[in-house]
Amino acid sequence: MLAFILRRLFQSLLVMLSVALIAFAMFRFVGDPVNQLVSLDTPQAQVEQIRRSLGLDDPVIVQFFRYIYNAARLEFGVSYQFRLPVISLLGDRAPATLELAFMSALFSLLVGIPMGVYTALKRDSWLAKILQAVSLIGISLPTFLIGILLIYLFSVTLGLLPSFGRGEVVKIGNWWTTGLLTVSGLKALILPSITLGLFQMTLIMRLVRAEMLEVLRADYIKFARARGLRTRTVNFGHALKNTLVPVITIAGLQLGSIIAFAIITETVFQWPGMGLLFLRAVQNVDIPIMAAYLMLISFLFVSINLIVDLLYAAVDPRLRATIGAH
Amino acid sequence: MSMTTRPPASPEKIPTRWERFLDSDILASFLRSKVTMVAAFVVLLLFIGAAFSPWIAPTNPFDPASVFLADANIPPAWQQGGEARFIFGTDDQGRDLYSAILYGLRVSLVVGGLGVILAASIGITLGLLAGYLGGRVDSLIMRIADVQLTFPAILIALLIDGVVRGIFKSASREDTAIYVLVISIGLSFWVQYARTVRGSTLVERNKDYVQAARLVGLPAPLIMLRHVLPNVIGPVLVILTINLALAVITEATLSFLGVGLPPTQPSLGTLISIGNRYLFSGDWWIVAFPGVTLAILVLAVNLLGDWLRDALNPRLR
Amino acid sequence: MSFKTNCLAAVAALALMCGAAQAQTLRYANQGELKSLDPYTVNETTTNAHLGHPYEGLTARGKDLKIEPALAEKWEVSDDGLKWRFFLRKGVKFHNGEDFTADDVIFSAERVRAPGSNFTTRIPTDAKFTKVDDYTIDVTLSSPNPILNAQWDTWYIMSKKWAEANNAVAPTPAAATTPSHASLNANGTGPFKIESHQPGVKTVFKVNENWWNKKVEHNLKEIVFTPIASDATRVAALLSGEVDVIEPVPIQDIQRVNSAGNVQVMTGPELRTIFLGMDQTRDELLESNVKGKNPFKDPKVRQAFYQAIDIETIKSRVMRGLSTPSPLMIAPELFPHAGFTRAKFDTEASKKLLAEAGYPNGFEVGMDCPNDRYVNDGQICQAVVGMLARAGIKVNLNAQPKGQYFAKVLKSGGYKTSFYLLGWTPGTFDSHNVLNDILGCRDVAGSSRGESNLGGYCNKKVDALTDKILVEPDTAKRDAMIKEAFKITVDEFSYIPLHQQALAWGVSKKVKLTQRADNSVLLYYATKE
Repeated sequence: MLAFILRRLFQSLLVMLSVALIAFAMFRFVGDPVNQLVSLDTPQAQVEQIRRSLGLDDPVIVQFFRYIYNAARLEFGVSYQFRLPVISLLGDRAPATLELAFMSALFSLLVGIPMGVYTALKRDSWLAKILQAVSLIGISLPTFLIGILLIYLFSVTLGLLPSFGRGEVVKIGNWWTTGLLTVSGLKALILPSITLGLFQMTLIMRLVRAEMLEVLRADYIKFARARGLRTRTVNFGHALKNTLVPVITIAGLQLGSIIAFAIITETVFQWPGMGLLFLRAVQNVDIPIMAAYLMLISFLFVSINLIVDLLYAAVDPRLRATIGAH
Repeated sequence: MSMTTRPPASPEKIPTRWERFLDSDILASFLRSKVTMVAAFVVLLLFIGAAFSPWIAPTNPFDPASVFLADANIPPAWQQGGEARFIFGTDDQGRDLYSAILYGLRVSLVVGGLGVILAASIGITLGLLAGYLGGRVDSLIMRIADVQLTFPAILIALLIDGVVRGIFKSASREDTAIYVLVISIGLSFWVQYARTVRGSTLVERNKDYVQAARLVGLPAPLIMLRHVLPNVIGPVLVILTINLALAVITEATLSFLGVGLPPTQPSLGTLISIGNRYLFSGDWWIVAFPGVTLAILVLAVNLLGDWLRDALNPRLR
Repeated sequence: MSFKTNCLAAVAALALMCGAAQAQTLRYANQGELKSLDPYTVNETTTNAHLGHPYEGLTARGKDLKIEPALAEKWEVSDDGLKWRFFLRKGVKFHNGEDFTADDVIFSAERVRAPGSNFTTRIPTDAKFTKVDDYTIDVTLSSPNPILNAQWDTWYIMSKKWAEANNAVAPTPAAATTPSHASLNANGTGPFKIESHQPGVKTVFKVNENWWNKKVEHNLKEIVFTPIASDATRVAALLSGEVDVIEPVPIQDIQRVNSAGNVQVMTGPELRTIFLGMDQTRDELLESNVKGKNPFKDPKVRQAFYQAIDIETIKSRVMRGLSTPSPLMIAPELFPHAGFTRAKFDTEASKKLLAEAGYPNGFEVGMDCPNDRYVNDGQICQAVVGMLARAGIKVNLNAQPKGQYFAKVLKSGGYKTSFYLLGWTPGTFDSHNVLNDILGCRDVAGSSRGESNLGGYCNKKVDALTDKILVEPDTAKRDAMIKEAFKITVDEFSYIPLHQQALAWGVSKKVKLTQRADNSVLLYYATKE
């Protein structure tokens, strides 16, 4: 087991190194960062001097190893745009993204699970069919359009909810800011959470429905029914409980992709999170931010995967045998 | 259709695949579900419209010489200020929206379809290899999948866009954008197939028939193709349909971020992101008609996917 | 108005109370972020306007862009034009309470020219600053320069003591490895102080009660600035009343904003000229099907391109009437257009010219265009593609985000373009800048002339005139020479100027604001009910 964990950790490290290498290979195609730092009438000699001082005239591979060396010491460099350490910029923005991701995951679970259960139990009812069709809207229109339509309806026309930003935030400790404790902060969370969560909600609803349908056919459920247990008890006590385990697993796995997909939602709602920071960095060719963000996301994915694999290995000895068989 | 004329399968004659299909419950379940039939009809209609757009569409929106800026932002024909020659109105360059939607649909379906097929090919191959061979190959492929998941589609698009530009120095975006998008979608979506196929393969591999085939001495590629693949293809088909819809949406999002298809050859997604700019100005039709078309396409394809999943899952029948 | 005058007439304490009684918070959203508070880091109009609230220069530009005294009360130029004397304002204090003196000016003059500064062009390298006394400065030059202080309104004066105390003596360089105090904090003399600054998220400005200028025009106690990059979201925020001022309003949304009732759009001409350029240096175009020669070397081809473009339709459809078609590469506010007209739009004439030049069937050419830099830039390029198509030219449009665009077309990218769209505002608000940077011959060793002349148009006569224009102190003679130079470039169809784009600010009806033609949103001109 220990050998397995060590090997998996080593692999994870390799994954992150590859992410960094690929990231570096692509950066020079995104644009020239120096152009974003100077104005059009800056003398060329000065432009070259900036390029040298940023080390951008070194070969990519040299830049890469320099970056890895620094990253190993948790030194992610300084943003070209803001002239601030990337780590503090990402740290400042992380609470916004994490809160948004959490709220949208919550939304997708709280709405998706009941809808999934209902459509599974009343498979042929009209309402179930309508719910299933309506839920597809979440994946029928691009996120940016959904976001803007929500803004148009709830901010401009009805004037109920804010169209941008986090509202008033409260500082907790040195590192965390939260919008969950103020009215304006909570209101500001609603539209972005729905926009971001709609896709996951559809996914979860469909997953719950499919799992429920399978479970309801399982022998132990048939047996429970045969024993004369009340339908309600069977449906919710037995079937749903067994459905939720895979659903929660998938939802957990999806958390990483929610954070990655937040890029679009954050852009539409000017949500001051990491995704917006990243997209603006792409537009402004801010390589240190792009690199650090990618490393962070890959760290997130790799850790989630690692945890899931380890849990499975712990739970299922057969899998452990196959995984450990090399 | 041919159900009534089908000759009864005689015991000495092994039925062909087609006959087996006609005999199967799949077709029956299709004919039972009205929603599915409507969805299939809509999808068919959209595919025909896309395939024959040059003959159906009244104008060619991709020919800049025939698009007049003076016709820009004309409302649909039934609205005040509308013109009969532009039934759905025109966009900000003076393109006939009806023609642009037909052409755009074609571009979107080509990009989405090729992208998804690419993704499925990569995913199935790697998934089979990982699941069947296991060991180092498995670890390697799954770690590549981890790397892959880190990169959002937008970044992949930017990367490939850059590489393509690097290789074809003088190529303009109009020539390369489609390939860039197909490859981007292919590379962003394959992981799901790989994981599904790997999971199914892990299960199938230990089943008796595969063990038997192995004992008989069949080569590994043959076992994978002939025995494992057909048994994992069901979930793959479901993912394929749903991913087609997702790919079209992804393409639209990439257009919104400025790395999609060029505005001179708009896809459905490009049209939506163009129309998005005119949402507040009252020119609603530029976003509404392409948006509705996209929604209908995605909805219909998803309904087909749903039906397929239920039909292929014997336990649900 | 009279109430305000009374207020000002009252004693200082009373004035404060009057101010407090009606002081307002103004919320402002811009497309761009405020990336650094160091005034020598990002040289860009929006940033300069933001930093014009906490900081001030020796000079300022008024609402009409005329140079006015600011931290310098007045200045004199010696007869030979080689020595400028600036008399500094007395009794001015920085936000932290320090006195403003000549030492701060000399320090700022060094800092702005130090490595890492993006504002080195503000002061010629040969200019020597000497302190005469605490409130007098001499600037000596090696050759006359009548536009020495043309850009000094955005050369902001920093405090020497503050910079030294906070380890911010050097400008925050692009390659900073440690956070610079000056990029997160500001200590100027201007009408507003920085209350808090979260880069890219929110910046709060607080009124400076001790501002030296007693002619306070605004009634604000606080400005809350938020960047909102997405056009639709920014407009929505204005319409829903969440912000009071936005810049810019996408021009297609102007009607909608104006019809909302509680807000309006202020429009006006901007000084930026949008134009098309053509590669006239290479012997064979990089992106074209014409091999072995460069069609753009023939003025007839350039004229054909020029006359194929229907600028009025671009104005009415793409720009919704909000552009000024321009015959010159400079805005009429900066140099009068009298005597110049645009070559007429005439597709048939274009075809004829192309045939005469040896391209009866036209040719293919690649075009580079940014799609997120100027007002509706992508749409303008698309329209140009259609118009040229009707003259027989097949344009392969490459519309791309500005990051990729500039990396390709600028000098650092090797001028890799055949045909492009660019915008230019002369930083000095003067024709010399245009003649030198855009119309001057490039690639002359030891000279930075023409570095933004991406197509490489070159005429030595223009260069000779440009050199004379720089040192000519007599305005009339200077203008005549400028006109002569422009005439040469227009007659040769050096470029295809399109138009000056328009400014469009969305402003709540509760807010009164002055719009300056350089697109600087200066909220110390704002009053809010």
